[in-house]
Amino acid sequence: MTETMTVVRALNEGLRRAMQDNPRLLLMGEDIGTLGGVFRVTDGLQKDFGAQRVIDSPLSESAIIGTSVGLAVAGYRTVCEIQFDGFVFPAFNQIVNQVAKMHKRTDGIYTMGVVIRLPFQGGIGAIEHHSESPEAYFAHTPGLRVVSCSTPHDAYWMIQQAAASDDPVIFCEPKSRYWDKGEVATDAPTHGLYEAVVVRPGSDITMVGHGSYVKVMLKAAETAQAEGRSIEVIDLRSLAPLDLETIEASVKKTGRLVVVQEAPHSASVGAEIVSEIARRCFYELRAPALVVSGYHVPFPISRYEDVYRPSVERILDGVDRVLEYDS
Amino acid sequence: METESEQGLIQLLSPEGQRVTQGEYASSLNGDDVFKMYRDMVISRRIDSEATALQRQGELALWASLLGQEGAQVGAGWALRPNDFVFPSYREHAVAWCRGIPPSGMLRLFRAVSSGGWDPYEFNYSVPAIVLGSQVLHAVGYAMGIQRDGREDATMVFFGDGASSEGDTLEAFVWAASFNAPVVFFCQNNQFGISTPVTTQSRSPLYLRGPGFGFPGHRVDGNDPLAVYEVTKEALARARAGDGPTLIEAYTYRMGAHTTSDDPSRYRMGADVEKWRLRDPIERMKALLSREYGVTVDRFEEVREEAETVATELRSEILAMQATNPMEMFDHVYAHEHPRIDEGRRDLIELGLGKATS
Repeated sequence: MTETMTVVRALNEGLRRAMQDNPRLLLMGEDIGTLGGVFRVTDGLQKDFGAQRVIDSPLSESAIIGTSVGLAVAGYRTVCEIQFDGFVFPAFNQIVNQVAKMHKRTDGIYTMGVVIRLPFQGGIGAIEHHSESPEAYFAHTPGLRVVSCSTPHDAYWMIQQAAASDDPVIFCEPKSRYWDKGEVATDAPTHGLYEAVVVRPGSDITMVGHGSYVKVMLKAAETAQAEGRSIEVIDLRSLAPLDLETIEASVKKTGRLVVVQEAPHSASVGAEIVSEIARRCFYELRAPALVVSGYHVPFPISRYEDVYRPSVERILDGVDRVLEYDS
Repeated sequence: METESEQGLIQLLSPEGQRVTQGEYASSLNGDDVFKMYRDMVISRRIDSEATALQRQGELALWASLLGQEGAQVGAGWALRPNDFVFPSYREHAVAWCRGIPPSGMLRLFRAVSSGGWDPYEFNYSVPAIVLGSQVLHAVGYAMGIQRDGREDATMVFFGDGASSEGDTLEAFVWAASFNAPVVFFCQNNQFGISTPVTTQSRSPLYLRGPGFGFPGHRVDGNDPLAVYEVTKEALARARAGDGPTLIEAYTYRMGAHTTSDDPSRYRMGADVEKWRLRDPIERMKALLSREYGVTVDRFEEVREEAETVATELRSEILAMQATNPMEMFDHVYAHEHPRIDEGRRDLIELGLGKATS
């Protein structure tokens, strides 16, 4: 069956189904129950599953994650909502020292079925600490997995797959896409949680990105097509682990790579992809791989965010720069 | 006038081994129990001294001695039931002993042969927590699980005066109160966080934080195992009955260094240590056993010999304990397959540094 819904609704339906599938799955976060979450992702779930399973927590991110560790030890799974990306840092110790390492520290006895939902990236004109792209901090950490959805269909399935994972998953939700509508096939997932997907085939340049940038990349590819350039667009979906085989196969075909991300370049997911592809596709690359990213500044005041965030124009400029190596 | 340190102190056994009634508690233990408790304390101290010796001989990477805190730990350990779940810090070797964890298990982490050391579910006793206060939140989460299971069990978490300043500890207090979680916060105030005196952590007695967060707080003489047992037993019963959390401050003293890497002579006076030596938890139990229960020198000697046997066995087990295959470092990082793990394994095999495992 196929239904049209927004990303918010798809996450909501996905969580509902995951809750139905597993009676030991709990949701926890600030304002997620009575209010339904500031973005309404959990709207109505407390009413249907009760306050014992959809927990309105005190305002403390470290405790949301820290108690999830204890709940995991007691045999529960949690999907935690961190209200905004920038609010995840008070929970950093619990995520990178505790959630990420508990399986190892107990020689595999504790299983951390903890999903940490992060509304991330900018684009909604928010004030500071509400537009961060912190994925690299977590992608860097052994023991964690990091994924990002870009469409309602992926939102619906990936949140269910993450909720069923025995490994902790940082689940990055592009908040500027929350209200985008799309088709959701509710019968079966089309991809595994850690697979990258070619969302537009092309032959001249491979372009990869995640979250809200999948839509931007597709727009850029369309514009480029009008100029006679064929761009293959890949939705990374999983940032840790990266599906490098899919990227590699594409770059071996196109010989060129542009990575698009909102996070700054330094030690980022994009930098990681470039490093891996330089090694894997050394003989096939016809130009140095390029990262079109946010600048190395704190996320700016929202008045400047459209300059800071990679736009179709900046992405196409990147395409031009890569193609310059041909002349 | 009572001093700050005596404020609110619950005591059933004086440092001289005399029964006293300070606070609204009475001892419920019989002579056999008291003797067994004494035995647990003596053996724990002997395990501890053997571990310290092993570290000094280069056989352990580090050791955090419990010397002086046996009363607090054995009193608390005795109050627990098998189904209660414990989240320790890193110095609770006597609680681990009470839970039945083999001494060699306690030393595995320090022998650098394992990240863990035992199966937490076998003993209902979690793994050590090194980042201060982190485990206090884990305990509250576990207690929330107990509530959802509808079980009549409790969770107990150990931390120190140092960890009392950590945000995680204080957030755990907030959550436990908010959810009325079945958890006992057992704070061993051993007066120092490495070199930092408790007066730097708190301007008021730590036990008073309980009422501030909305649940009872008690201060008990941590070197009086009889009092610790009664206060902890009551707090655990409260938790199991659904009456919510309790904070216990066990007022004690770390007689040794913070760890084998520490030099306490740089930050505290020998005279203070001597003062606390007169409050030794084992000596006061021994005095009580001799005077009140007529326990003879022979029986004390039997306990001493038993402790020696435990130490000898521990030593031989530790010396035989080796980590043999670096490939183990790739195990249990993830529950599911991960390409970076596969890559690391392949690399070690190619370099001849690891042997393939199943």
